[in-house]
Amino acid sequence: MNSETGKPLLSIRNLAMRFGGIQALANVNFDIRQGTISAMIGPNGAGKTTVFNCITGFYRATSGSIHFHSGDHDINLVQVLGEKLHPKDFLNPPQLAKCLYYKLFGGSHLVAQAGVARTFQNIRLFREMTAIENLLVAQHMQINRNPISGVLQTPAFRRSERNSIDRAHAWLKVVGLENDANRLAGELPYGHQRRLEIARSMSTGPKLICLDEPAAGLNPKETEELSTLIRLLRDQHQVTVLLIEHDMGMVMDVSEHIVVLDHGEIIAEGTPHDIENSPTVLAAYLGEDYSNTVAAPDSATDESRLQETISA
Amino acid sequence: MSMQQKASLRKAVIDGFWSGILALIIFGPISGLVLKGYTVQNELMRPLLIALVVAVGRFLISYLIQTEKGRYYLGKLIGKRDAGVTVASLTKSKYQYLVIPVLVLAGLSLPLVLGKYWLTVVILALIYVLLGLGLNIVVGLAGMLDLGYVAFYAVGAYTLAMGAQYFDMGFWTMLPVAALGAALFGAMLGFPVLRMHGDYLAIVTLGFGEIIRLVLNNLLEITGGPNGASAPSPTLFGLEFTRRAKQGGIPFHEYFDIAYSPSYKYIFIYLILFAVVCLMILFVTRLKQMPMGRAWEALREDEIACRSLGINHVTVKLSAFMMGAMVGGIAGVFFATYQGFINPSSFTFFESALILAIVVLGGLGSTVGVIVAALVLTILPEVLRDFAEYRVLMFGVAMVLMMVWKPRGLIRIKRKAYDIGEPAS
Repeated sequence: MNSETGKPLLSIRNLAMRFGGIQALANVNFDIRQGTISAMIGPNGAGKTTVFNCITGFYRATSGSIHFHSGDHDINLVQVLGEKLHPKDFLNPPQLAKCLYYKLFGGSHLVAQAGVARTFQNIRLFREMTAIENLLVAQHMQINRNPISGVLQTPAFRRSERNSIDRAHAWLKVVGLENDANRLAGELPYGHQRRLEIARSMSTGPKLICLDEPAAGLNPKETEELSTLIRLLRDQHQVTVLLIEHDMGMVMDVSEHIVVLDHGEIIAEGTPHDIENSPTVLAAYLGEDYSNTVAAPDSATDESRLQETISA
Repeated sequence: MSMQQKASLRKAVIDGFWSGILALIIFGPISGLVLKGYTVQNELMRPLLIALVVAVGRFLISYLIQTEKGRYYLGKLIGKRDAGVTVASLTKSKYQYLVIPVLVLAGLSLPLVLGKYWLTVVILALIYVLLGLGLNIVVGLAGMLDLGYVAFYAVGAYTLAMGAQYFDMGFWTMLPVAALGAALFGAMLGFPVLRMHGDYLAIVTLGFGEIIRLVLNNLLEITGGPNGASAPSPTLFGLEFTRRAKQGGIPFHEYFDIAYSPSYKYIFIYLILFAVVCLMILFVTRLKQMPMGRAWEALREDEIACRSLGINHVTVKLSAFMMGAMVGGIAGVFFATYQGFINPSSFTFFESALILAIVVLGGLGSTVGVIVAALVLTILPEVLRDFAEYRVLMFGVAMVLMMVWKPRGLIRIKRKAYDIGEPAS
C-alpha cells in the first residue's frame, strides 16, 4: 500500500498528558507516514483532541516526545514549547542554552512554523476580517514583514503583497470561495467557514495538517465535498493529513490509517478494514457485553451492525 | 396597518399639543411674569416659546419612537443599531481623490483665519488626535485595553524638557529621541505583562501610568517634582520665535524683518503638528494594510488561531505596544513645546480616560472616527466654556447615549477590499 512506502513524518513516543490528578493520555505511540491521510477516532472524552493539542503545541505534554521529520530537520515538538529544566541540563551548557531559549521565545507558534497547521473543532476564523485577509494573515511568516519597507511601499514590498494576494486567491479557488474573497469571514455560511479555515491553515504552507472534526455540522453533500477536498490536498498539495472525526462513513471513506483511542490509550491501529473488524474497537464503542454477543456469529452482520450503530 | 399608523401620528400630534398646554400652564407664571423692582412685567413670549419647544419635542419623541415610519426615519438618521464592520467597495467614487487635498489645504490655511486663542485650542485638539491615533493602535487594532497610556505621553513630554535642561538639546533633536524613548518604555512595560489578557492587562497598565506620574512627582532633583520643568520651543533652522533670541541668535521676525507677534510661535507649532498628524494618519492607514497591522487585528480577533498560524503573539503584541507608545511620545513632545512648561499634574489618570473615551467613541479601530472624536471632545468643551462645570457630566451622558445607539462607535469601520487580480469570468 501507498501508506507503507512513505517515511514517517511524525513519530509520537510514550506521550503522556496529565491534568492535575487526571491522566488524559498514557503511553501513546504512533507514527504518521508522509503523504497519508490518517484519522483518529474514539468515543467522547477519549483524548483525541488532547493528542491534537499536544501535536500542535497548545498543550505541553507531561512526558514523551513528538518528533517531526520535515525535510532533513528533525524537530522535537515538545521541546520547542519550553520544557521544564532538569538538573542534568545544567551539566550540559548547549542543552541548557537551548532550553532557556525555548523557555523565553518558544511556544506553539514555533510548532506551526515547523510545518504543522491545524483547524479547530469550533471554527476560529478572524470573524471581522475579510476572507482574503484571513488568508493573508496566514502567510504572515512567508512574506515581507519589514515595517519600514511596508510604510514606504517599496517595490519589493508591493511585489510581496501582490504575490501573497495571488496565493490567497489561488487557495480561495481551491476551496471554491473566490466569490467570497471580500466578504467578512463571520458573515459566511457555516460550510464556507469550515472550508475557509482549511484554506487558511493550508496557506501557512504546512507539511502536516491536523483537522479537528472538519465535518461537524455539515450535511451529507458537504461532507462528500470535504472528502474530495481532503484527497485533493494530499494529492495535489503534498500535505499529510491527520483528522479527528465522528462521521464514520467519512473516516472509513477517506482515511488510509486509523488510530483508535479510548481512555487516553491507543486500543487499535490499522487500515479501515482492520478497525471495522476489531473486537476491541467494538467493545469501546458498544460496550463489552454487546461486542461479545455480536462477535460470536458471522462477521458480515457484525460489520453492518457496527456501521449502523456508529453512524446512527 | 396604515390605520394604526395614522392613529399613531394623530396621537403624536395630540400628545404634543397637550404637553404644550401643560408646559404653558407651568411656565406661564414662572417665566412669563418677571418681577422687576416693584412691578411685574409681562414676558409672555418666553413661556410660549418654551411651550412650543416642549410640544415639538413631545411630538417628535412620540412620532419617532412610537410610529413605524418615525422609527424608519430615526434608523436612517442614526444608522443601524448594531452596525458593525463593512467592506469597502472596489470602485472608488469620483470625489474620493478630491477629499484629502481639500482637507489638507483647509488645514494649512487655518492659521490665517484663526486668532491666537483658537489656534492653541486647535493645537491641543491635534495633540489629542495624535494620542487617539496612538492608543487606537493598542486598543482598537491589537485589542489590548491600556488604561495607562498617559505614561508614554508623559515620557515624551519629559524627554523634551529633560533633554533641553541637561543636554542642551533642541526640539528637533529631541523629537525622534522622545519617540524612541517612549517606544523603549513601551517595550519595558510590555515584555513582562503581555502574556496577560483583558482586565489584568488593564490593571497593570493603570498601575504603570500612576507609577510614571509618581516617579516624576517625587524625583525632585532631576525632574523638579511638582514644580515642573520648562520645555523649549521649536526653531526654524535655528531662528527662534521669541522677541529676543538667546545668546546672540537672530529671532524669526528680525530675520524676515517683520513685526513681532507672539502668535508666530503657535502658527509654526501648528504647521509642524499638522504635518506630523498627516504623516501619522498615512502611517496608520498603511500599517493596517501591512502584515504587521493585519497580524494585530488578527490577534484581536483570535489569539489562539494566530498562534496556530505561526504568529508569535508576544512579539506582535509588543510591536503594537511600542508603536502606540511611540505615537504617544511624539504627542507628548508637542504638548510640552506648546505649553512651554510641564509638570506631573498634566498626566493624571483622567487624561488616560479621556484618550480612551476618544478611541471608544470614535469607534475602535477606525482612524476617521478617532480623528472626529478627538476634535469633538477637545473643541466642544472650549466652545461650551460656560458649561465647564458640567463637562464630565456631559461626557458621561455622551458615553451612555453612544453605547445605547452606536455601541461600535461614531464611524463604521470599513475594511479594505482586495482586488484579486483578473475577474473570474
